[in-house]
Amino acid sequence: MLKDLQKAIVKSQVWKSIFRVGIPTDNRKRAMAMLGNVVLHLHPIKVKKSGLRMSYTWCMGGTAFFLFLVETITGLLLMFYYRPTVEYAYFDMVDLREVAAFGIMREMHRWAAHAMVIAVWLHMFRVFMTGSYKPPREFNWNVGVILLVLTLLLSFTGYLLPWDQLAIWAITVGSNMARATPLLGHEGPGAALLQLGGTKLIHVGSDARFGLIAGRTIGGGTLIRFYVLHCVAIPFVAAFLIAVHFWRVRRDGGISGPV
Amino acid sequence: MFDALKELVNYFSDPKWSFTITTVVFVAALFWRRLWTNLGGLVMLVGVTLYFVVSMFDENFRLVVAKPDNVPIVMMVYFVGFFVWLSMKKAYDNDERIANGEPTFEKTEANDKIFTWPDLVFSEFICMVILTVLLVVWSIMLQAPLEEPANTAVAPNPSKAPWYFLGLQEMLVYFDPWMAGVVLPSLIIVGLCAIPYIDTNTKGNGYFTFKERRSEIVLFMYGFVVLWCYLIVVGTFMRGPNWNFFGLYEYWDINKVEPLVNVDLSEYIFIKMLGVGLPSFWLVRELPGILLLLLYFVVLPVGLTKLQFFKRYYDDMGASRFYVGIGLFLTMMLLPIKMYLRWAFNLKYLVHIQEFFFNV
Ligand code: HEM
Repeated sequence: MLKDLQKAIVKSQVWKSIFRVGIPTDNRKRAMAMLGNVVLHLHPIKVKKSGLRMSYTWCMGGTAFFLFLVETITGLLLMFYYRPTVEYAYFDMVDLREVAAFGIMREMHRWAAHAMVIAVWLHMFRVFMTGSYKPPREFNWNVGVILLVLTLLLSFTGYLLPWDQLAIWAITVGSNMARATPLLGHEGPGAALLQLGGTKLIHVGSDARFGLIAGRTIGGGTLIRFYVLHCVAIPFVAAFLIAVHFWRVRRDGGISGPV
Repeated sequence: MFDALKELVNYFSDPKWSFTITTVVFVAALFWRRLWTNLGGLVMLVGVTLYFVVSMFDENFRLVVAKPDNVPIVMMVYFVGFFVWLSMKKAYDNDERIANGEPTFEKTEANDKIFTWPDLVFSEFICMVILTVLLVVWSIMLQAPLEEPANTAVAPNPSKAPWYFLGLQEMLVYFDPWMAGVVLPSLIIVGLCAIPYIDTNTKGNGYFTFKERRSEIVLFMYGFVVLWCYLIVVGTFMRGPNWNFFGLYEYWDINKVEPLVNVDLSEYIFIKMLGVGLPSFWLVRELPGILLLLLYFVVLPVGLTKLQFFKRYYDDMGASRFYVGIGLFLTMMLLPIKMYLRWAFNLKYLVHIQEFFFNV
């Protein structure tokens, strides 16, 4: 019975219109399956056996990517609920915790974010330990380093959004560093040199920290700024660079291996 | 008995001890590699887990470790430990193969090509399922933290950055914010980007090996494990109110005072050694420190090229790669050097030009 049903589905016009090749049973069909599917065609048709081993890649790049996808989906769902204003932000968090259906999205979003930071570090460690940054993969290593920075920035900007004590003080500590930026922070070395006719160009109301948190102290301006960076700007750049990263993995000859 | 042990651990978790121990263990591990890359690793895993479980019975330990946002760091410790073990084990295995004239493990499979469908696609799928399950379980078991509503008037003590930046916050103990928060992080990024262009060793590309790229691996692991990860652990678990040090089992007492007795290099030289009092002009006052830094960053690299060990690299890499590499290396080493100077001499700044906020 089930067999017949399966057959009927796989033979139906609807199924065939979606999956053109059917179940891959021979090599030609295996190749076609990879080429015909927009998601799968990220992959080559064949891969090195050594590159497939879990003990070689630790699946860490893949894990980082998977967690990025989880963040995108759970983040999107959270955006339906959360309002980035000083009045509402905290109470939306309380609601997520106590009344909202699928409030667990917040947990998933937070823990996946932490896990992604660790996964990216470990991925970098793996790439280093196999010497995979060596030619021809120098450029992709650099794309990776930027992805690492973006991952940390994503996590950092997201940390503010719950708008509780943990959030604002962590961001305060972090952004206070910007005060001391050489030349561009009002307490940084050399800032005093930037003067125009005796007027200081760099002061509390114009320095790098001010630009980062949109004010002299953390407030509503910071919240909306971090929100936009967190939900739109940085994910957009990161997604683009991940695409470049994957493209280059293939262009550079697939997962590295001994020549 | 337990209390005495706890006292002991508290004592030795002080950065000056625990950092030294970490460094010594790191070096020893590279020498006695077979001790821990086979079964020894398992013994260590069990040991650490046992230690951890037993420690959870201690109230102060549990208070810090079980904070929801600190759970990832416990994870990080395990994962970093495991993957250091795994990569070094594979590296030593390959080294033995190379020494015996056999191809590396990766090489035996490198020309073996298999179809992406089904092998890769299915293992990816299984990974995703497992990860999803883990994530859901984790999310059900552990609630995301939510503290009191934000209040800019009441600063919690200690105020901590997100955990992945705690290494940088910990560096604030030894450096001013412009160094710990801006210059050094930027140089970490620049340094990482520079790695593929500095490293001219063509061996060890696409397989695990230690022998063929000793210096690279030692340097990278030192930076990643001994400096970065260790400092995060200290910053998270052992820094309490006022960023004071607290042993792993110590109660985070707000009133703990640590005497501030740090002294600048200029004070050492002009007051303690020469007994003349600080010169009023900053350039004179800070001259010793400035000279020392010049010596460190300019004279030392040039001098190193005269040593046989470094000469080899100099010839292989060429001048520009060599000097950029050594510059980055010396900048990294500034951190442990400053740490030890602090612990040994209470040194505050090598150069202290408050006039320009230029303090190193
Ligand atoms: C959001 C962060 C990142 C994602 C999603 C990502 C994803 C991936 C994936 C899926 C691969 C295929 C092989 C594997 O899984 O190991 C890969 C390879 C690679 N990644 Fe990343 N990566 C990220 C960050 C980084 C970082 C931080 C670095 C280095 C600093 C890096 C450098 C590389 C290099 C050089 C390769 C080629 C490795 C080889 O051919 O063996 N990536 N990346």
